Amino acid sequence: MPEAFKVLTSKTLTLSQANIDTDQIIPARFLTTTSREGLGAHAFHDWRYEADGSAKPEAVLNRIDPTEQRILLAGPNFACGSSREHAPWALLDYGFRAVISTEIADIFTSNALKNGFLPIVVDQATWDDLAAHPEQPVTIDLEAGEIRRGNVAPVPFKVEAFARQCLLDGVDTLGWLQSKLPYIQTYERFREPETI
Amino acid sequence: MSARTLYEKVWDRHVVVPETAETPGVMYVDLHLVHEVTSPQAFSEIEARGLKVRRPDRTFATLDHSTPTLPAGADGQRPYFTAAAKNQVETLEANCERHGVELAGWDSDQRGVVHVMGPELGLTQPGMTVVCGDSHTATHGAFGALAFGIGTSEVGHVLATQCLLQRRAKSMRVTVGGALRPGVSGKDVALAVIAAIGFGGGTGYVIEYAGEAVRSLDMEGRMTLCNMSIEAGARAGMIAPDQTTIDWLRGRRHVPADFDTAAADWLTLASDPGATFDKEVVLDGAAIRPMATWGTTPDAGAPVGAPAPHPRKASDQKALDYMGFTAGEATTGHKVDVVFIGSCTNGRLPDLRAAADILRGRKVQPGVRMLVVPGSEAVRRDAEAEGLDRVFTEAGAEWRIPGCSMCIAMNGDFVAPGQLAVSTSNRNFEGRQGKGARTILASPATAAASAVAGVLTDPRAYLEAIHA
Ligand code: SF4
Repeated sequence: MPEAFKVLTSKTLTLSQANIDTDQIIPARFLTTTSREGLGAHAFHDWRYEADGSAKPEAVLNRIDPTEQRILLAGPNFACGSSREHAPWALLDYGFRAVISTEIADIFTSNALKNGFLPIVVDQATWDDLAAHPEQPVTIDLEAGEIRRGNVAPVPFKVEAFARQCLLDGVDTLGWLQSKLPYIQTYERFREPETI
Repeated sequence: MSARTLYEKVWDRHVVVPETAETPGVMYVDLHLVHEVTSPQAFSEIEARGLKVRRPDRTFATLDHSTPTLPAGADGQRPYFTAAAKNQVETLEANCERHGVELAGWDSDQRGVVHVMGPELGLTQPGMTVVCGDSHTATHGAFGALAFGIGTSEVGHVLATQCLLQRRAKSMRVTVGGALRPGVSGKDVALAVIAAIGFGGGTGYVIEYAGEAVRSLDMEGRMTLCNMSIEAGARAGMIAPDQTTIDWLRGRRHVPADFDTAAADWLTLASDPGATFDKEVVLDGAAIRPMATWGTTPDAGAPVGAPAPHPRKASDQKALDYMGFTAGEATTGHKVDVVFIGSCTNGRLPDLRAAADILRGRKVQPGVRMLVVPGSEAVRRDAEAEGLDRVFTEAGAEWRIPGCSMCIAMNGDFVAPGQLAVSTSNRNFEGRQGKGARTILASPATAAASAVAGVLTDPRAYLEAIHA
């Protein structure tokens, strides 16, 4: 069950390029794991490491303290590509808790929310403003549904209502779905299509 | 009832609990396909809760992503790339065994890439909801099923409840009118559609493909088109069932016993006249040429031979630099190192035939490594019965056993750093086919023509020779 998410205040890390796909976030060759743990070591692997395994000193992800920059500010169409839930697992394990972008892929959004990683879509002006102030901490307030930075007017954002409630209250979605079992049984009894 | 789209009709049939402003709907899943990469944590999760797979009879598993495409050695050992890959395969075998889930495993003549296997067994049927922990699940939409990829948490949800929490998506209709020209395939249509919509242009939508050019595609071509819906950001792509669909399905292993009654129902699924879509996109099929990508996103497609475009944004320049291409110059002048034919996009029999038609009596250019990987054991059998394997090997290509192979490069089949590949798969992301690999996406015919010429090549040059 994911950690509850209410308020997070942190500096941002900007990765401005468009279309950061899931193969960048966690290359496929690290998907042979059967666990969810430890994927942070491979987050953005090919951006951080040379072919021989040595760290690239110039890579921004090798220069930051992940406990201080827990919010990714990413270019448009973030996390496009595969359905691998390893992407939010890797980001969380690395230390990130949220991503802010002007556009975020569907399946990633759904996966991230189930793991307590918050995907936030903002307009370009808000994105530009945040990118222009990398040193200033940003507060993501899920309860209020707004982003705050210094004295700037808060910017509202939307998260699907149920996912938001689950994050705030730490609700277990599978448990909730199981509570609908009587409806599922009724469906199977009266409406289920022919078996394959 | 008001006019409904194909998507709405399939959705309506599967609502267990309707959605409200506060909660998503509960949607019933008819078919859950499982593979080794995205399922282990889902099985662990339900087992940690003491749950069983609710409907093993609606769950089918296969081994495809981490599996070697070279046969077992004399000692009977499979040449797994890593111990982790072997462990992942064995984990799925054990999970299926414990939960009574049918697995098309190593000893099965049904094994294949999940999106090749499902349709050819008749597991995929019109009007169904089909899910899999895999973004290319959209492939099954070619049959008029609502099919989409889910994450591993959701794989656990479906294993435990046979349901998913879902909100209705927006709808987009992509109409490709006109007649396709000879040498233009479903893959070329897919690349043209994605170039038109843009890489993220389908985010939040379910696409319905319509129009004369789409209708003219065979089922395999339709699967190729729907398969790549995710490359435009759309979760699902669908095509209304018609006679082509019904003819293709008749006689397959898992179709309903009363096939004609089912088929009559399937034909009612088409979008009603007057049904409205949130977005409409129209393309001229007659204007589509064999396509190839010049960049590192699937929407970077252009006709083979066209000059690489002048960058409109920073990411375009970055993509050109990565690929080693120059704006304003054709991408057909670069030496190709690897040609890959296979994947759930283009690993079916007609794809292999299209490639073999070009290779017959010709040779792969020295210095080019060509790998042909059938999408399933059934495709392998059929291709070998027709002698296609010999066409490939005589031309100098490698003929492998089924799997995802170089599409995702998890199993030891990969493109080496810096090498240029022409690939029939679906993603040209940086490093997708191996660290530092440079990928051009194209159709099987274009890939085969490029293998012969040693540079990216329009297949029609060779096709004209065949038909002359
Ligand atoms: S062939 Fe490629 S896209 Fe298809 S399921 Fe396998 S890895 Fe995914």
